[in-house]
Amino acid sequence: MPWHSCAILQPLDDPWPPASAVLFHRQPILTESDVVLGRQAVGRAMAEVGAREVRRIRLVTAVSEIFRNALRYGGGGEAVIFLDRVTKAVLVECRDNGPGIEDTALAMRDGYTSGKGLGMGLGGAQRLTDAFELHSRPNEGTRVRMMSRA
Amino acid sequence: MAHSAGLFLVDRIMLVTIHEDINDSDIVELQDQLAVKVHAKGARGIVIDISALDIVDTFVGRIIAQLAGIGSILDAPTFVVGMRPAVAMTLVELGMTLPDVRTARSLGHALAQLRDSPTIG
Repeated sequence: MPWHSCAILQPLDDPWPPASAVLFHRQPILTESDVVLGRQAVGRAMAEVGAREVRRIRLVTAVSEIFRNALRYGGGGEAVIFLDRVTKAVLVECRDNGPGIEDTALAMRDGYTSGKGLGMGLGGAQRLTDAFELHSRPNEGTRVRMMSRA
Repeated sequence: MAHSAGLFLVDRIMLVTIHEDINDSDIVELQDQLAVKVHAKGARGIVIDISALDIVDTFVGRIIAQLAGIGSILDAPTFVVGMRPAVAMTLVELGMTLPDVRTARSLGHALAQLRDSPTIG
């Protein structure tokens, strides 16, 4: 779908997923338990590419924010986790079909929240990853793509 | 809240354990029980053990801040124990510095500080 609004602070390389990446895990994000299962899978993927603990925890924390957003604000969605053994990276896409974000650049700012959160999630997730793209279209949904190297 | 969190009174100190699967509905119950027990038992302090958590995101960070807030209002200083260095570094980068929360390297260290300094906080 054509995206209405996007915030690309650290762009990903084309194409998505990279040619050398393989699918690692697909996780529906429909319950709180799915958020835990999804981030555990991301942790295993980081271990698979040989990431050190601090690198693993950074990405797992970032995806936890994004998966929770998809559940809480997007009404649920799906996460797709890829592994790239060539570049030693883990790539994660999270999509929802929720109300979307009208102004993604504003949503990325610390302190901004549309609900009961702290307003640290999106900006924080971006700081914890090596590449981060947020695309959204009001009334259709939001898509976040992230990449972290081991 | 059955398995996602626990509340134990040890030597007039409330020990709170938070597990990885804690969710929104658990939090309300946990806050409620913590406030009631701290008040009823005259707890001198609160120790939140997060060693069972692999990560702390803003959701769990908010829980910790809220529990500490309850403790502060009820005159029970709050310590967090079991935070690994990589988790602490990540929290700072998320923008969560938890200004009202004291951290201790171990449960024993937190209990000792609470016992030795009744006026702490």
